Amino acid sequence: MPDTFVPDTLLDIRGLKTWFKTEDGMVRAVDGVDLHIDRGETVGVVGESGCGKTVTARSVLKLIDMPPGRFEAGQILWQGRDLIPLEQAEMNRIRAREIAIIFQEPMTSLNPVYTVGDQIAEVIALHQKLSPRQAMAGAAEMLRLVNIPNPQKRVHDYPHQFSGGMRQRVMIAMALSCQPKLLIADEPTTALDVTIQAQILELMQEMKEKFGMAIMLITHAMGVVAETCQRVTVMYAGKVVEEAPVEALFSDPRHPYTQGLIRSIPRIDRAVSRQARLESIQGTVPSLLNPPAGCRFAARCKYAMDICTQGIPPLKEVAPGHRVACVL
Amino acid sequence: MNAPPIVAPIVPGAPAEELLKVRDLRKRFAIKGGILSRTVDQVHAVDGVSFEIGKGETLGLVGESGCGKSTTGRCILRLIEPSSGEVWFQGNDVTKMDHGALQALRRDMQIIFQDPYASLNPRLKVGAIIGEALTIHKLAPTQKAMEDRVVQLLETVGLQPDHMHRFPHEFSGGQRQRIGIARALAVEPKLIVCDEPVSALDVSIQAQVINLLEDLQEQFGLTYLFIAHDLSVVEHISTRVAVMYLGRVVEIAPSRELYDNPLHPYTEALLSAVPIPDPTVKRKRIMLQGDVPNPIRPPSGCHFHTRCPIAKPDCAQRVPELRESKPGHWVSCHYRG
Amino acid sequence: MAGSTPASLSAEAPVQAPAVAAAQARKARSISPALETWRRFRRHVLAVTGAVVLLILVLAVLVGPYLWPVAINDIDFAAKLQGPSLAHPLGTDDLGQDLLARMMYGGRISLAVGFAAMLVALTVGVLVGSVAGMSSGWVDAFLMWLTDLFLALPTLPVLLLVMYLFRDSMKKVMGVEGGAFILIVVVIGALRWMPVARLVRAQFLSLREKEFVEAARALGASKVRQVVQHILPNALGPVIVVGTIDVAAAIIFESTLSFLGLGFPSDVPTWGSMLRDAKDYLDIAAHWALFPGAAIFLTVLAINFIGDGLRDAFDPRRVL
Repeated sequence: MPDTFVPDTLLDIRGLKTWFKTEDGMVRAVDGVDLHIDRGETVGVVGESGCGKTVTARSVLKLIDMPPGRFEAGQILWQGRDLIPLEQAEMNRIRAREIAIIFQEPMTSLNPVYTVGDQIAEVIALHQKLSPRQAMAGAAEMLRLVNIPNPQKRVHDYPHQFSGGMRQRVMIAMALSCQPKLLIADEPTTALDVTIQAQILELMQEMKEKFGMAIMLITHAMGVVAETCQRVTVMYAGKVVEEAPVEALFSDPRHPYTQGLIRSIPRIDRAVSRQARLESIQGTVPSLLNPPAGCRFAARCKYAMDICTQGIPPLKEVAPGHRVACVL
Repeated sequence: MNAPPIVAPIVPGAPAEELLKVRDLRKRFAIKGGILSRTVDQVHAVDGVSFEIGKGETLGLVGESGCGKSTTGRCILRLIEPSSGEVWFQGNDVTKMDHGALQALRRDMQIIFQDPYASLNPRLKVGAIIGEALTIHKLAPTQKAMEDRVVQLLETVGLQPDHMHRFPHEFSGGQRQRIGIARALAVEPKLIVCDEPVSALDVSIQAQVINLLEDLQEQFGLTYLFIAHDLSVVEHISTRVAVMYLGRVVEIAPSRELYDNPLHPYTEALLSAVPIPDPTVKRKRIMLQGDVPNPIRPPSGCHFHTRCPIAKPDCAQRVPELRESKPGHWVSCHYRG
Repeated sequence: MAGSTPASLSAEAPVQAPAVAAAQARKARSISPALETWRRFRRHVLAVTGAVVLLILVLAVLVGPYLWPVAINDIDFAAKLQGPSLAHPLGTDDLGQDLLARMMYGGRISLAVGFAAMLVALTVGVLVGSVAGMSSGWVDAFLMWLTDLFLALPTLPVLLLVMYLFRDSMKKVMGVEGGAFILIVVVIGALRWMPVARLVRAQFLSLREKEFVEAARALGASKVRQVVQHILPNALGPVIVVGTIDVAAAIIFESTLSFLGLGFPSDVPTWGSMLRDAKDYLDIAAHWALFPGAAIFLTVLAINFIGDGLRDAFDPRRVL
């Protein structure tokens, strides 16, 4: 990443470390993450459970409980301004209005005792000076935008009256109601069926074109990444192992972990079916309590050498915009 | 009871020696309400499912949540009592078995579960979990024989002998799934119902477990009913695939055939919705409108007509039969195939 | 790699997953859930304090009488209603009987009643709850109806009535003290099992749908085996918590009964009956009421703290 501030960069995370104090010791959930998102771009953050992708996302909005969590090091530059030292009140001005977030489980992110209209209107009214009637009208307009049929009537419905897919639409409507510059989507389709997932991904694409916001898409599904993102950051055990434009990542993955991840997924579009054995990555993810010295993937890597366990390989550029943290 | 079923085979094209045959299986769950807990409504979870599985074959059962695929799997094992229908296993109707016959069946049919955290008793050591079947069916005459067998099973699924002295919480998700597999293998079953065995696992671990299941199939000549919602995984592991929608099978075909030439509009939409992990592949996607209807009041006629892109008025009236369109390729649609 | 052998299979398996290896490095021996619970309990300061206090109290009433061999019915009118002194560390009552000796003797009865009543309540509750939780249909409905019926009984009047009706016949069979003890324990147990039964039934209903129980069913495990091996051990945590609270409740119950004169005969000291006897002399001999009162208070408080600690220790959702 260039050291000088590029005006087109919306979000620039530098060397972020978010640690959690537990009684067994310090869990280094995010341990030195660099990531940047430009205006209007969709960046995928992929990795398996416990790789720190969700903690990174929540760190951006400072939605981490502190304690036990704490920012150990790094900067989160939002349009050039570091968010980490910001006060609660200032942070609240940025939340929703500039950066919005949607979660995996749409049922638990909506308050069951208020109508969805109330909840969207509340977000709208929080950031714009509007009368309650105007805010409610705005809420209905948002529901119409996310293709919920009969929005004028459905604003008065409660979350449990919506299906899973519809609830995620409501969440998107709420997140977009203040026209944020960045939408963080934390596994937005993981809890949904494939046909509903396709609907939601299409909706997000449509909304992106309409509002021109950037999207940080956190997911474990490589297929979703391939279809929606321009750039991808691959995380493993709290660190970024590879970062590349989406075509380069899939055509020429450099890090052994990325390679393994891509090759371990069965593909329905290829006629190789079950004669071929799936390539699997042996072993399991290391504990973030006492992460191994050196490359964190070394224990599972088939190319691992002595040097891998000695020092942590830095991210280095192998092609324009394609950076890899591997000695190979 | 040993007489072969008189029902004419509805789904031929299956391998010569069939192990399991399901005929018009139905399960309705009652919804109780009111002060006297009367049945106020019924969920038609499984609504007339028929298929068969040949020996050594893997039949994939796919569909979205609530389509009844897990209930079908459990009805076959009689973990859930089916409301009606027949399940023929090696010439005997499972649905009519008495306690003794059912007990014997438990040695032939096993199940692997989705959630590796909920499927192992947290208070038992791994050795006791795997050894339980040996105790129940008196398969190990001595303590020593029992331990030897547990060690053997642990090694079969790629775990270490000393793991038998540990508790489930000391293992990762993938390892727990291996323990669950070892437990099912203990009785040397012929058929294993795999109920979403990899959906709770991380991608890299998924591949390990799928490979293990394939190896075990080869080694022990197992037959699988592989239930999953992930179409790529099902395509990879299955010989044939059955697609379910709202309690009914809408299409059955050999795996490759189904993915290359889907006939039912639902199968088509389902396949096109799967994201392909290759940014250079651009496909035309068939977007289904709306959600799956409520199984308490499924749509009349063809269950899919409310979302079907090619639906015609009579689809709401007539229930389509599952019929053979090409050899081995069965579809239930008035206008396709 | 098609047609691989088991050997290649185990080579690719997570032979020693790093996470597990690290976990082992920290704890050399395998940690059972029970040990884990104990570890968490130990960290609960109030609960550990409660356990120590209760232990001291139990030891005091068990061993104390041997160290302080004064008869509980040693009447000495010359020394009546005395405050604490060297001869009588806790003072004396209106008959000049030594209060320390009577406290220790009474403590035995009070604590024994508490634990015995808890056992009765737990046994009945677990039995009713298990049967209700495993059966469905009319058996479950009937047992729950019975539970509701017992819950609807006004506790104190029923207690008084039963004691009044059966005290004399029990006395004839079991002797004065034994009869009263059994009657009190049974009556308290009979009126305290309902929450346990409801709890156990709720636990059973959720546990019997768990996949590991389903796995046992698929293996052909009998109902008894499912309950004993899989369901009950996982349901016991909350039951034990309720059990501890029941001990405290039973001690208070017994005190209430004795205070009302319906518990043990007046010549048998319990903490409750001592309070009753002391109530007429509150202005001139406050110590007489103070000591048994404090003993009840301390015991109940300690047990409740232990219950608190156990609840936290059993609750897996509580991340420490």
